[in-house]
Amino acid sequence: METSIIIAGFGGQGVLFAGQLLTYAGMDQGRHVTWIPSYGPEMRGGTANCTVIISDDEIGAPTVARPDVAVALNLPSFEKYEPLVKPGGVLIVNKSLISEQSERTDIAIVEVRANRIAKEFGSVKMANMAALGALLAKRPLFSLDDLLQTLHDHLPKRKHNLLEANKLVLQHGYEVGMETAVPA
Amino acid sequence: MAKELLKGNVAIAEAAIRAGCEAYFGYPITPQTELLEHMSKRMPELGRTFLQAESEVAAVNMVYGAASAGVRVMTSSSSPGISLMQEGLSYIAGSEVPAVFVDVMRGGPGLGNIQPSQSDYNQVTKTAGHGDYHPIVLAPSTIQEAIDLMVLSFDLADKYRTIVFMVLDGAIGQMMEPAELPPMRELPTERPSWALTGKGNRDKNIVTSIRLGAQPLADFNDILQEKLAVIEKNELRYDELYTDDAELVIVAYGTAARVAHTAVKRLREENIPVGLFRPISLWPFPYQRLGELADRVPTFLSVEMNAGQMIHDVREAVGRDVELDFFGRPGGIIPLPEEVEDKVRAMWRQQELAAQIN
Repeated sequence: METSIIIAGFGGQGVLFAGQLLTYAGMDQGRHVTWIPSYGPEMRGGTANCTVIISDDEIGAPTVARPDVAVALNLPSFEKYEPLVKPGGVLIVNKSLISEQSERTDIAIVEVRANRIAKEFGSVKMANMAALGALLAKRPLFSLDDLLQTLHDHLPKRKHNLLEANKLVLQHGYEVGMETAVPA
Repeated sequence: MAKELLKGNVAIAEAAIRAGCEAYFGYPITPQTELLEHMSKRMPELGRTFLQAESEVAAVNMVYGAASAGVRVMTSSSSPGISLMQEGLSYIAGSEVPAVFVDVMRGGPGLGNIQPSQSDYNQVTKTAGHGDYHPIVLAPSTIQEAIDLMVLSFDLADKYRTIVFMVLDGAIGQMMEPAELPPMRELPTERPSWALTGKGNRDKNIVTSIRLGAQPLADFNDILQEKLAVIEKNELRYDELYTDDAELVIVAYGTAARVAHTAVKRLREENIPVGLFRPISLWPFPYQRLGELADRVPTFLSVEMNAGQMIHDVREAVGRDVELDFFGRPGGIIPLPEEVEDKVRAMWRQQELAAQIN
């Protein structure tokens, strides 16, 4: 079993960190993992993305043409990755910044107001966590508790004051994911 | 030590430090800058030398100087920076001092771009500077292997008093994977007997690449060639996947080998008898083992992130009696497993068709 995830958004939305958190969680669960960022010149002020692979077996190619899961935190990312998600896959859409709607019926789509949820609990910087919560609801790579444990274990101590808020945002995103019906 | 999630460039820098690198000279260039950045932080902490030079030309000559003094030294750069270092590399080779180079390759020619590439295969394996020599060239395909080969690079450089290159593409430099770092080694307390340490009461040591007489230079070249022949015999490294019963073998290294690995596994599910041969030492190149495979395997495919550089060595290894095809993406594009699969399926159909006609 191998799952590929692309997380994409503006630089500064925590795209790379969200990917690293999933990667750490996969590693902590004893799975094979890779994380690779886009590192082109477009990173400055443009879009950033990273690809995470979590697998039961040794991982070959660290990049994919079509991901199993895509997280679009802004409109350019939605436009780029919405058509590429594999049939049967999952698309997480940050409804706070993306008003367009996907017409695909062959994937599970969760629209989550990630910025609003994050702001509610203290800072828009946690929008990435709302999206990850929604992701785990639709594709339980590991439990929400496992992810929270990973966040606790790998977040630098000086940032541990942010753990509680991040936890609440993750949980809220998770609930939105659980409440979203999957198309038949 | 436990596995940590490590970025390629950082893992390589830390592995070099733990292998006993005493001095680092370099100049920033994407996609290897995190390596230099890690060195800039760690080396001074440990009381070792980190120096950001004014250019790659200066950096390589600083490496030459430190190496001549018997110091464990390295630099790192990316393709255009390695081009700038050619003169210094040749001087180091001509002086037979040990030095380690890391090349995190990017798309060329020219300034090209900063995307992952295997554009330097010819540049590093064929001579890496003027004159008759080859550096040892090692090519990892995972971060763990990059760590292990980094340690080996210092040992081989010392053992043979030669240049060792570790080459990777930007993808391995930038990606993260769980890997285990080696324990910290003690630094040597004595310098090698040939090193320039101040004459004192011993006989004088000379480290130079200038031999003005024709015969002395010819004699030196003979000695160098003998050493290279020993390296060619002793330092071959490669890996194989499903080559036992393969009727079509992909040859690929680095990230291209990872892509091929994914393709081979999927093609095996379709019962296409494909295997993967992965050179780890690009020089010396495993000609003999590939040649043995060619006695039995009728078709080969070289997959590279360039327009076809290693393929010439593959051809030399497998001879003219077998089919050899190429699939590559130059310009900093990582090929997709699906593209390699399509290529292999087409080749396999041809091969089956040919078998039916015969």
